[in-house]
Amino acid sequence: MVYFAQQLINGLVLGSIYGLIAIGYTMVYGIVGMINFAHGDIFMIGGFIALISFLVLVSFGLTAIPVVLLIVLLVAMAITALYGWTVERIAYRPLRHSFRLAPMLSAIGMSFVLINFSQVAQGARVKPIPPIITGGYELAERNGFVVQLSNIQIVVVITTVVLLAVFTWLVARTRLGRDMRACEQDQTMAALLGVDVDRTISMTFVIGAALAAVAGMMYLLYYGLVDFFMGFVAGIKAFTAAVLGGIGSLPGAMLGGLLIGLIETFWSAYFSVEYKDVAAFSILIVVLIFLPTGLLGRPEVEKV
Amino acid sequence: MTTSAPDSNQAARDSGIPVILKKALISAFVALVLFLLMIGIRTEAGPTGQLIYWTRFGDLAAIVATVFGGSVIIEVLRQWLGPADTRQIVPPLVQNAFAVAGRLIAPALLIFTLLVPAIFYNQRYILDLSILVLTYVMLGWGLNVVVGLAGLLDLGYVAFYAVGAYSYALLATNFGLSFWVCLPLAGILASFWGVLLGFPVLRLRGDYLAIVTLAFGEIIRLVIINWQSLTGGPNGVSGIPRPTFFGIPLTPGDDGLAAKLGIEFSPTHRIVFLFYIILALALLTNWVTIRLRRLPIGRAWEALREDEVACRALGINTTTTKLTAFATGALFGGFAGAFFATRQGFISPESFTFQESALVLAIVVLGGMGSQLGVALAALAMIGGFELFRGLEQYRMLVFGMAMVLLMIWRPRGIIGHRAPTVYLKESQAISSDLVKEGHG
Repeated sequence: MVYFAQQLINGLVLGSIYGLIAIGYTMVYGIVGMINFAHGDIFMIGGFIALISFLVLVSFGLTAIPVVLLIVLLVAMAITALYGWTVERIAYRPLRHSFRLAPMLSAIGMSFVLINFSQVAQGARVKPIPPIITGGYELAERNGFVVQLSNIQIVVVITTVVLLAVFTWLVARTRLGRDMRACEQDQTMAALLGVDVDRTISMTFVIGAALAAVAGMMYLLYYGLVDFFMGFVAGIKAFTAAVLGGIGSLPGAMLGGLLIGLIETFWSAYFSVEYKDVAAFSILIVVLIFLPTGLLGRPEVEKV
Repeated sequence: MTTSAPDSNQAARDSGIPVILKKALISAFVALVLFLLMIGIRTEAGPTGQLIYWTRFGDLAAIVATVFGGSVIIEVLRQWLGPADTRQIVPPLVQNAFAVAGRLIAPALLIFTLLVPAIFYNQRYILDLSILVLTYVMLGWGLNVVVGLAGLLDLGYVAFYAVGAYSYALLATNFGLSFWVCLPLAGILASFWGVLLGFPVLRLRGDYLAIVTLAFGEIIRLVIINWQSLTGGPNGVSGIPRPTFFGIPLTPGDDGLAAKLGIEFSPTHRIVFLFYIILALALLTNWVTIRLRRLPIGRAWEALREDEVACRALGINTTTTKLTAFATGALFGGFAGAFFATRQGFISPESFTFQESALVLAIVVLGGMGSQLGVALAALAMIGGFELFRGLEQYRMLVFGMAMVLLMIWRPRGIIGHRAPTVYLKESQAISSDLVKEGHG
């Protein structure tokens, strides 16, 4: 039971990170109907930017950790958002009215560009950092096994919850959110009614990338390392989360992320660590076959 | 959303040096922000394990300047060439010349390929490279059945390649079966996996199908890595036997082919032999594909690519159509995999990553999805292009990715950018790709 509780905590933390990435997938899919294949790599870029800006700030003599982390968070979100914007502008916008597979292939190309760009720019080796947020609480203890809730876990979960609240508000209450929902339903009609479709789609990518940057930073703080290839597997898992929760649905993406995080953690804890990725990918296949609309998604009507 | 014919005001606003400079400055600023941290600062784990960093503002400045210059050039070219959707009319004479060249290029290429071992007999490097190119031509033609003909986007094609390679490697090293016995077995096993993958994904289309096939490819690779007792895990399988010439090995010993024929042994014989094996396999793939396209099943594939709903309405069984497409594509992937294993003599999961799938897919897309000749030319261009970047290993995939994006923007239908239906009514007419809108994926 104690072991179970510990895994539950770990799974929820991991799931929060997946959920943040999944939101980017689900928003983009909802509005342009394509899988942003490069989104996992945007997450990786976010991790790198957080790492580099952290190093620079510390070397400038800033020592107040909360202040540093806040600045790092804002810098990472801003720059990564610009990456998201650029990717959309270069690789997707010219293909908006092309044939169906074109954006997908372009996205795969973009994913290679981002992966190999970071490899060329920052080297192939894993970049470790010492733990920044340390300490934690001991929740329970039985037979020498201690259930721990570390401060970093608390930070990850709280950040996720706050951001989720902010972005839910953004989509539900603001002008931008209304535009986004309008474009999701009917782009032509939205354009006729004065919605700037291009700008709205750009903003969707920007928001998705900013959330991915937060996920990248949380990953960096939680695991203490980044490397240029981490976006690929994390991206597929986050996409699985988006599909599991019902693609196009914001709460669905978060729910899916938590479920994938929990499944992966419990699978590693009770079965085998080696096959944890196989488990996640199998879930993707099973969900798409038996539950293509996901848990909270709307069924897609096929029109001729 | 789309503007009508640009009036003179609009045109005046969009041209001129200030506009070009403004756009270029914006691009340069975006590049500066993007690359400030990623390129301007380089991190590395220092000797004590602590991260250290140093600055590279020179490189940063060079890149920002390049973006600025490139942006100016692109804008100038754009204004000079006019709007992107202006159709350029090709004179009939040139069109005819192209048509003649188009008819001649395939036989010419085939004859040249047949003669490659004779021409480059002493150049081992070129022979090895041609074998590699032919392997990718074969993979491209195999995937072309799934993607180009049936229109099913498969991102996990490398899984079948892996199944073929491991089938041969394991059967040969564990049971001593010869290459020629294993080749069909490898094909059949890969084909079986193709159907196995095909069944669950029957209902999926487009992007979802792509992601599921990607997941499938990764699952196969992860299982190969982790099932150490069978596959040797990350260490791979080594000591895979070479193919024999009707049971006669190509070795320097007394029972070798050279000794039996009474000629002097040379290691090049084996390379030439391998060259003709893969050439024969590739031509078999091509021939089968061309024949299948004329059969009802091939026509059903093409119909499926154009519109699945219409296909079903016309009474085509989409289940069997999709499954045969997967099975046929996988069959050729399995053959190519078995050949790969026997050529390398060693295989490991590293050879079967997602990058391979993407490379083969890029070949098919670059070749124009459905065009056999285009795929062959694309494989040549792609693998040849990779060789140019031989010394710059890490830049290779970067350039590959950029090329893929640019290709999609510039010519989404590939080099040979038209889709000619295999069957016609009355007279033949090639449909320009620009006029054809894709149905569902």
